[in-house]
Amino acid sequence: MPLSLSLGLTMVLLAVGLHAIAASRRAGCTRRVYGVSLAVCSVLLGMALAHLLSAASPTTLVLPLGLPWLGAHFRLDALSAFFLVVVNLGGMVASLFALGYGQHEQAPERVLPFYPAFLAGMNLVLLADDAFTFLFVWEFMSLSSWALVMAHHREPANARAGYLYLVMACFGTLALLLTFGLLAGPNGGYDFAAIRAARATPGAATLALALALAGAGSKAGLVPLHVWLPLAHPAAPSHVSALMSGVMTKVAVYGFIRIAFDLLGGPAWWWGGLVLALGGITTVLGVLYALMQHDLKRLLAYHTVENIGIIFIGLGLALAFQTNHMYANAALALTAALFHIFNHSLFKSLLFLGTGAVLTASGERDMERLGGLIHLMPWTALAFLIGAAAISALPPLNGFVSEWLTFQAILASPELPQWPLKFLVPAVGALLALSAALAATCFVKAFGITFLGRPRSPAAAGARETDGYSLAALFALATLCLLAGILPGLVVDSLSPVVGMLNGSTRLTAQSSQPWLTLVPVVDVKSTYNGLLVLLFMAFSGIAAALLIHRFASTVARRGPAWDCGFPEASPATQYTAGSFAQPIRRVFGSVVFQARERVFMPPPGDSRAARLEVELRDPVWERGYAPIVAAVVALSSRFNAFQYLTIRRYLSLVFGALVLLLLGMVLWR
Amino acid sequence: MHGLAFDIAHFLAGGMVVASFLLLYQDRLYTLIHVFALHSLVLALAVGWQAAVQGAHHLYITAGIALVFKAIVIPVALHRIVRQLGIHRTLETVRGVGRDMLAGTGLVALAILVMLPVTTAADALAREDLAFALAVVLLGLLLMVTRRNAVSLVIGFMSLENGLVLAAAGARGMPLAVEISVAFSVLIALIVIGIFLFRIRERFDSVDMETMDTFREGRRR
Repeated sequence: MPLSLSLGLTMVLLAVGLHAIAASRRAGCTRRVYGVSLAVCSVLLGMALAHLLSAASPTTLVLPLGLPWLGAHFRLDALSAFFLVVVNLGGMVASLFALGYGQHEQAPERVLPFYPAFLAGMNLVLLADDAFTFLFVWEFMSLSSWALVMAHHREPANARAGYLYLVMACFGTLALLLTFGLLAGPNGGYDFAAIRAARATPGAATLALALALAGAGSKAGLVPLHVWLPLAHPAAPSHVSALMSGVMTKVAVYGFIRIAFDLLGGPAWWWGGLVLALGGITTVLGVLYALMQHDLKRLLAYHTVENIGIIFIGLGLALAFQTNHMYANAALALTAALFHIFNHSLFKSLLFLGTGAVLTASGERDMERLGGLIHLMPWTALAFLIGAAAISALPPLNGFVSEWLTFQAILASPELPQWPLKFLVPAVGALLALSAALAATCFVKAFGITFLGRPRSPAAAGARETDGYSLAALFALATLCLLAGILPGLVVDSLSPVVGMLNGSTRLTAQSSQPWLTLVPVVDVKSTYNGLLVLLFMAFSGIAAALLIHRFASTVARRGPAWDCGFPEASPATQYTAGSFAQPIRRVFGSVVFQARERVFMPPPGDSRAARLEVELRDPVWERGYAPIVAAVVALSSRFNAFQYLTIRRYLSLVFGALVLLLLGMVLWR
Repeated sequence: MHGLAFDIAHFLAGGMVVASFLLLYQDRLYTLIHVFALHSLVLALAVGWQAAVQGAHHLYITAGIALVFKAIVIPVALHRIVRQLGIHRTLETVRGVGRDMLAGTGLVALAILVMLPVTTAADALAREDLAFALAVVLLGLLLMVTRRNAVSLVIGFMSLENGLVLAAAGARGMPLAVEISVAFSVLIALIVIGIFLFRIRERFDSVDMETMDTFREGRRR
């Protein structure tokens, strides 16, 4: 019943999209589309939550659609219910935000039809239970999000982003197609139940895992397949960016989990190592890229890459533990990964929506032209600050809990019997610690440069607080970030059906029975975390410090310079900039990873030209990985270009020659 | 199938291969058309004989189509086209006859080598017929590749199609609907090609493919 109702609701979303094609120019259409999306997502969220919390058994449904001999299979189980919660929570909040934000859209006819279709596509991917339906709705999701990326297609950067996105999406779907082909085997059992029953041979399973990693990883933004993500996500309108970054990447992770944990059987130990290594590299590279960015939305998109790396570290650990039958540790790693999926969808949506609010208020995404917004948009600034603290993994917020759980799983790794894993896991742990610290640096930069100081441009000085709908969306997410941080036990408990399903019914012990809401992931290891206590301690010490300072310092007379009200040098250009904030990191890491070069041009005395500091960064992944492929394709196609201008007789000769050659081959081969 | 019936079927199918060889070295357009008519006549006889031997009556219709359209209507039409184009006196320079003949022999050998091992399950006549049919198809392609005149290309295409019909007739016949539609598509192809020949002629004063190539737009090397 909930399954057919969910499918019906996605059809409602599609119908709203169709309606928007006709009516997008009319007044009130924006409100209607986002209002219906909000309502549908709320109902879907409620149903998915009910399914997850009641730990209901899976329900299936076969519709006579799609391939005639296969039909369209749908299934609602704990895993898809959890991801439905993530998707529809994100969709609900983004729709709420868009009720206010969408009024500023210049080309609503390019956004409104595709927005509900995109939501429907993501929901359907989670419900699909056969390879054909899965790939079909996966492509549907990719295409509708592509249309949203191209919403402002007149900007040349967006057109390039859209093209790159399309190419990478095609590659990803091709990899998934091959994965399912391998899994289904020669008899073509394409529904997931048949794939589950027929365990693939080790060779085919290994190949399928690698392909699934490429296919789902390219959508999720795993290095080195991430190149499209930081271009495409920021190109869409902000509420869509929030959905793409916060939610669609999770759908991709769902695809990987579904294939690696559910459909494939009998993992080999080094699968976990592979996923771990990729996750570690992704984490550090993502955050380093983000540090070099001064475009707020692109910075956030690179942070998505980083967080996907963290999620994959958790998943890799879970795979490694599962191969060694250490199911308790695997449950811990899986819980960490799933928790981080949930958390990232919260705070990444929050940060993108906050950026959207800044964008409508000031028209600027470039941090170097923002500043001082905390005085003009105090509520947005507060919500953004909570999101920034959460993504930087600061207690008592939710980001800390999932990263802490990941570290707990890493600390259990010495029990692994394989020596390569014994060495690899601590190294990945070090990368994770590094990236957590760098992420904090990055968000000090993002918040400090954008919201503190003084406005760096007239546009920033003219910003006004955003509307009520947007603020409601922002604070809903901020509250959830805080709640998930101080009540992690509840989240862990609601995740346990998913963990049990993926982990041979081994799960973490129930946390709700622990005193004082303490999180005790592994009973015999005495490491615990209590968000509530941390919150109380921080509140108490913060208030006490503030009172003390006010009591002793505020009353004392201060002396300052006589002019400019104690604030000399009026130009806002003298403030610390994003570039100056990133400079130490750029010198330490960027000179190695990005071959960063700085050139200072100081005009000689008497020369009236301005002094310049030029920074040059190179993208190693693009230059080593993609540029050669692009060059090879161009060279090959220009070589074959001559074939377009042959004479008719040459064409005939080519066909004839090919035919004779093939026949000869047939004769000789047998 | 036994004795004489088999021999006659074999003879007629072999006759088509020989006719294809005849097509290869004709340098006069009229003679080329005549030999094509002979080619089609042999096809009609071969298919007719198959119909009689197999007792498949719809193959008589196939044979009739081959006789009426391919042995009479198309050659007459091509005759008229050649006369109206005023190229009936032109000799086509057929270079390397010996080379083409050797290549053709090789193709026949190839066709037999390909077909006989594949069709071990079929009866002897169908096997031989298929081998000959493939040879006729390959020889038609060879004709199209080696000739420069557009009319010769048309003849090559039609003889190739004859090979396909022979194959279909040998393999216990294809459904009549397919047969008729193929026949009509060939007729329509003839009409289209004829119209194109005149248009090309108007435009370029020649139906030699080499001269046409120099007129192609956007040529880059």
